[in-house]
Amino acid sequence: MIEAHGLTKSFGPARALAGLDLAVPAGTTMCLLGPNGAGKTTAVRVLTTLLRPDAGWARVAGYDVATDGADVRRRIGMSGQYASLDECLTGRANLVMIARLSRIAKRKARCRAAALLAALDLEQAADRPVRTYSGGMRRRLDLAASLLGQPSVLFLDEPTTGLDPRSRLTLWGIIGDLVAMGTTLLLTTQYLDEADRLADRICVINGGRVTAQGSPAELKARAGTSLLRLTVSATVSLARAAEEISEYAAGPVRRLAGQHGLEIPVVQRPGLVTEIVRLLDAAGIDVDDIAVRPPSLDDVFASLTGPVAA
Amino acid sequence: MRAVVWSLPDLDGPGIEEPSLAGPAQDAAGTGWLDGLRWALSDVRVLAWRTLARIATTPEQLLNVTLLPLVFVLLFSYVFNGAIVFPGHGSYRDYLIAGIFAVNMGGTAQGAAIGMAVDLSTGLIDRFRSLPMSRAAVIVGRTVADLLTTLLGAAVTVLAGLAVGWRVHASPASLLLALVFALMFGYSAAWAGACVGILARGPESAQAVGLTVIVPLSLTSNAFISTASLPSALQLVANWNPVSVLAAACRRLLGNPDPAAAIHAWPMQHPELASALWSLALLAVMAPLTVRLYIHRTGR
Ligand SMILES: Nc1ncnc2c1ncn2[C@@H]1O[C@H](COP(=O)(O)OP(=O)(O)OP(=O)(O)O)[C@@H](O)[C@H]1O
Ligand SMILES: [Mg+2]
Repeated sequence: MIEAHGLTKSFGPARALAGLDLAVPAGTTMCLLGPNGAGKTTAVRVLTTLLRPDAGWARVAGYDVATDGADVRRRIGMSGQYASLDECLTGRANLVMIARLSRIAKRKARCRAAALLAALDLEQAADRPVRTYSGGMRRRLDLAASLLGQPSVLFLDEPTTGLDPRSRLTLWGIIGDLVAMGTTLLLTTQYLDEADRLADRICVINGGRVTAQGSPAELKARAGTSLLRLTVSATVSLARAAEEISEYAAGPVRRLAGQHGLEIPVVQRPGLVTEIVRLLDAAGIDVDDIAVRPPSLDDVFASLTGPVAA
Repeated sequence: MRAVVWSLPDLDGPGIEEPSLAGPAQDAAGTGWLDGLRWALSDVRVLAWRTLARIATTPEQLLNVTLLPLVFVLLFSYVFNGAIVFPGHGSYRDYLIAGIFAVNMGGTAQGAAIGMAVDLSTGLIDRFRSLPMSRAAVIVGRTVADLLTTLLGAAVTVLAGLAVGWRVHASPASLLLALVFALMFGYSAAWAGACVGILARGPESAQAVGLTVIVPLSLTSNAFISTASLPSALQLVANWNPVSVLAAACRRLLGNPDPAAAIHAWPMQHPELASALWSLALLAVMAPLTVRLYIHRTGR
């Protein structure tokens, strides 16, 4: 549904995209993850026909963004990093205007505006000028605007930045439902938990090119080992416990700060925890608590993005 | 923890055929040029409506459009009335109103310049550009709305003029013709203003540029004074000035005193034709240029 090859874009000396390749199959969600200035917004703007790439090509919904811009625009919805609304119009008027400009008949435009205002919890504020809206309300209205044309491909640039936790959950729910209905989605975010939760695939970009990609699980696996946290009863020597399970350690074992326990890097596999508990039990070591934590995307992010791009 | 309020099929309410998600959900049936034109006109209507609807939530935008003509009429007909030497027969007030009317029309440019620059300084243009709409419609809608706003100001001028004793002596056909010339000039001035708004770095510079063009243009015209007494170089400017030309055309059509008829310059001898030519020429240059500049400025 979205396909990009070798996209480059420079703003004067600044290289925003340096040969970006992307492929998002229909009905899936791709998340662009990257530090500030990585080129996420530039990528979205190229794919939504707002910017012409210097080199490379991209196809969205089967149409070339450079040559068939109008066909692309007819099929996409987009919500930019900064809400693009008319501050002096009411929320409802904004939606009706955008629907009409999306070439939707008048009556239908009003219906859709009303339905989306209700769905995004904006009914109370619908008839107030947008300049009186809070940041989160603007974001939600902007999202509503991007859904008016019932797009088959949706681009969301940092959709939940500046939202409170409740609105974020609501938005996640809506996004989930849209994807369930078959919408292809490309979103950018700074939040790893968001990428983890919403994306089928994640593209980590840095310096205008893809530095890693895969499913959230694959990327986590790439960061390598999980961490086993073990706390034992105070009477047991930690050194002895460490020695007992040394064969499982995939790296240096650390003492847990403030607790009588150890943190051991392990290669996670089914049955691992049971095995270790049995082993320690046989050795007469009382286990208070044991847990394996998979590597978080934060670990992945830190290991893949490296120093923040200028 | 899922949002349960959401359901897309309800989007169109009961009774409307549910559009399939497979294709575009828009109502653009055909792709022929006639459909294209129909939709472009619809875009213009929506965008003109938008500019006017903005006024509904911020009516103070109308203050300068409505108050300024009132101030002009009162200031010139009461304060400067004695100071301005008006040659020939007829009253200065009868002379003045068509001049202010012409200045109103030229002022359309200022509204369009600021409006365009404001629009370009927000993210709204990005939204427009991501929609399958006509790009030129942004400027056409803007200029149409600004012309309608100007008409409100012109109505204030007319009413205030009638209140201070200005009278017309003309047939309905002449009245209509004067209005047509005024609308033509106002509309082409709006395009010139939109062009300035696109070239300007922001609303402030658009306002500054607009004022530095419009104020000298108005003051070197015959709008407020009779140009017969001006030095010859300035008189040349005044005679060809589009504001002078429109004012003279309106005075002639409305049966108001028109001392410029005695000036042997072609535009003052044929003000109606001159005004129409001015407007058409301005529009013919500005419309394609402005659309090109707009596409370049918001370019890809
Ligand atoms: N219009 C522009 N003019 C000049 N430089 C630009 C422009 N837009 C982007 N850039 C540069 O291109 C690079 C990528 O910017 P981009 O906005 O795509 O980053 P981003 O990944 O969206 O960052 P953020 O997370 O902060 O939104 C940056 O170095 C930025 O300075
Ligand atoms: Mg960005």
